[in-house]
Amino acid sequence: MSTPDNHSPPGAEAHGDENAARAEAEAQWRAAFEAAPVRDGTFETMSGVPVAAVHGDPPYPGQYPYTRGIYPSMYRSRLWTMRLFAGMGTAADTNRRFKKLLEAGGTGLSTAFDMPTLMGRDSDDPWAVGEVGRAGVAVDTVADVEDLFAGIDLGDVSTSMTINGPANILMAMYIVTGERGGTERGRLSGTIQNDILKEYQAQKEYIFPPRPSVRLVTDLIAFTTAEMPRWHPTSISGYHIREAGSTAAQELAFTLANGFAYVEAAMAAGLDIDDFAGRLSFFFNSHIDFFEEIGKYRAARRIWAHWMRDRYGAKQERSLQLRFHTQTAGVSLTAQQPEVNIARVATQALAAVLGGTQSLHTDSYDEALALPTEQAARIALRTQQVIAHETGAANVADPLGGSAYVEWMTDEMERRATEVFDHLDKLGEGSILEGVYEGIANGYFVGEIADSAYRFEREVNAGRRIIVGVNAHTESDDSDTPTLRIDEDVEDLQLARLAEVKQRRDSGAVVVALEKLAADAADPTINLMEPIIECVRVEATEGEIVNALEGVFGTYTEPAVV
Amino acid sequence: MSDPAGGAAGPDAERDPQHTQPVRVVLAKLGLDGHDRGLKVVARMLRDAGLEVIYLGLRQTAESILLAVEQEDADVIGLSIHNGGHLTLAPRMVRAVRAAGLDTPVVVGGIVPELDLERLQTAGVFAVLGPGASATEVAHTVRAAAAGHP
Repeated sequence: MSTPDNHSPPGAEAHGDENAARAEAEAQWRAAFEAAPVRDGTFETMSGVPVAAVHGDPPYPGQYPYTRGIYPSMYRSRLWTMRLFAGMGTAADTNRRFKKLLEAGGTGLSTAFDMPTLMGRDSDDPWAVGEVGRAGVAVDTVADVEDLFAGIDLGDVSTSMTINGPANILMAMYIVTGERGGTERGRLSGTIQNDILKEYQAQKEYIFPPRPSVRLVTDLIAFTTAEMPRWHPTSISGYHIREAGSTAAQELAFTLANGFAYVEAAMAAGLDIDDFAGRLSFFFNSHIDFFEEIGKYRAARRIWAHWMRDRYGAKQERSLQLRFHTQTAGVSLTAQQPEVNIARVATQALAAVLGGTQSLHTDSYDEALALPTEQAARIALRTQQVIAHETGAANVADPLGGSAYVEWMTDEMERRATEVFDHLDKLGEGSILEGVYEGIANGYFVGEIADSAYRFEREVNAGRRIIVGVNAHTESDDSDTPTLRIDEDVEDLQLARLAEVKQRRDSGAVVVALEKLAADAADPTINLMEPIIECVRVEATEGEIVNALEGVFGTYTEPAVV
Repeated sequence: MSDPAGGAAGPDAERDPQHTQPVRVVLAKLGLDGHDRGLKVVARMLRDAGLEVIYLGLRQTAESILLAVEQEDADVIGLSIHNGGHLTLAPRMVRAVRAAGLDTPVVVGGIVPELDLERLQTAGVFAVLGPGASATEVAHTVRAAAAGHP
C-alpha cells in the first residue's frame, strides 16, 4: 500500500477483521487529516510527482500510540518551530540578537542565561565574578527581563526560557514583564525548562535538594495549569543527559522516567492528570547516529502514550501525545575543521525532522570554539530552512515508518528503556518518582552516564570510532574561524544596572515580600508562585529570592565521585 | 590539541627527578560551571595512565583547591572551564598558588579560544588542553607539568 487513498488489500477475505480495522483506521485518519489546516507548499517531488501525506500501515500518524507522529498531517499543516537559542552579555545585547533572529525568519525566541543566573546568584555575588554574561544573558531583577524583551510583543511571540533551579523566579519575572507591558499572564505563550531532576543526573545546575525542588516544579505546573493556558510549564530534557555522555537509550529512558516522576508528583499534589499532562513537553538531543536517533524519537512517543494511558490513567488524547523540542548535539561539534560541523548539524537536524519534532534548534558550526557569531547562527537557521523547503522531507509524515531497520531500532530503543524503568520501579518500590530520587542519591544516574562517556572517549582514542578532523582526515588548511567576543565591560555594565535597581526600589517592601515567601515556603501546602511574583514586583533580586528559599529548603552538594 | 605554554620548574623536579612516585594531580571545576563530563573523563584517563587523581569535582574555589593541594601534596592542578570564564578564573588560581608560596603548575582544560591562549600563558598557566586532546596528550602534559618542563 502506498497511501491510505488507494489501498486495495490482497487476501481481503482471509483477513476480514484485519481489513475492517485497517479501513476504520484509514477512515479516521482521513477525517482527521481533512479537518487539519494545510500550509502553503507544493506537495509533489521536484519532478512533479504528487505525493500522499502518509504511506504505509496503520496506526497512522495522529493515532495511538503515536509512534508515527502526534498529528495526522504533521508538517503538511505547519512546519516545526525554528527556534534558535540565544543569549549573551547584557539583556540589551541579547535583545538585539533576538530581533535579528525574528527578522531572519525565526519563529520563536529561546533564552540562554549566564551561569550565575542559572545558579540563582546575582551578578554582584562573589561566586559570579568572571561569569557574568559569559555563557548567556545576565538577569538579576525584573528590570533585566524588561530589557531582554523590549520592543517585542509578548502576546505575539512564543518564548522558551532555559532555566531550572530558579525557574519559578524567572517565570515570575516574565509574568511581571508582561503585566508592565500590558500583556496579561493568560496570553503569554512559551515554555520554561523547569526540569530539575536531570540537573542532579547530568547538568548539575541545582540549588536546593531534590524534594523541595520537585515541589517548586509542581507549584509551577499547578500555577500555569490554572492561570496560563498557553504556557508549557516544563520541558523534560534528555538533551543534557546525552551531552553529559549517556547513550541514546539512556537519554530516552532517564528522560521519560523523569517525566513519569513529575506526573506522579503533580498527581500527588492533587492535580488531575488530564488537566496538566497536555502541557508537558520534552526536549531531546539529536546526535550523529542517524537511525538510532529516529528510532529514539519514535520509541519515546510510543512509550509515553502507553504509560500515560495504562499506568497513570490519562484519558484525553492530548495527555498521551509526547511533544518535543530537539537540539542538535553540541558535544558532537569539533573545534578541529569547524566548517565540517555544518554537515553534522544538517544530518542531525534531518534526523529530528524525520523523527517528527515539534521544534528545532540547530547548533552553529563555531560552538566548539565559543558562543556563535551572528553569521554562524544564520547558517544554522538556514540549514533548517533548506530541510523545510528544499528537501521534500516535510511533505510526508513519518516517511521512514515501515522500514524494517527503523521499526527494529524503534523496538530496540523501547526495550532498552523498559529495562531502566523496571530498575527504577523496583528501586522506588512501585513509584518511579521515589526510584528517581533513590537513583540520584545512590549515584546510579551519574555513574551510568560517566561510564558511557568514558567508553565513547576510549573508542575515539583507540581509533575504533572515527571523528572526521579529530582522529581521521586531520589535514586541513587551518583557516581561522571568526569567533564571538563578549565585551569585557559586560560585568561592569550589569553591576551598575543592578546597583541602580537596588537604589530606586522600596527596600522595606522587598524585606516584607521575602519574609512572606520564607514563611510560605515552610508550609508545603502553599503554592509559592504568587509569593514569588510579589517579590519580583517589588524588584527583589533573583539572589535574594533564592536566599530566602535556601533558608527553608537548604542546599544540595553533589558527592564528588568519578 | 595541546598548547604547552611553558612554565617554571616545579618543586617536583628536584624532589623526585626520577618520578619514582606517581604524579599526584588535583582535578576541579572552579566557579559555578557544571559541565563535568570532560573533567570526569580526564580523571579516568589519568588514572588509567598511572597518575594519582584527587577529584574535587564541582563548585570549588581557589581556596578549596589550594587546601587540597597542600593536604594531598599534589604536583599539579587541573582546572576544567567550559563557560568562558577562563580569563578570570585561571589567573585567579595561579595568583592564589603563588600567594601561598607554592609553584604548583596549573593546567587548564576546556573551551578556550585561540586568542586567549597567550593571555593565559602570560598569567602563568602551564598549558591549555582543548577539545580533542587525546589521552596520551593529557597524561603527557600533566606529567610534563609535574616534571617542570613542557
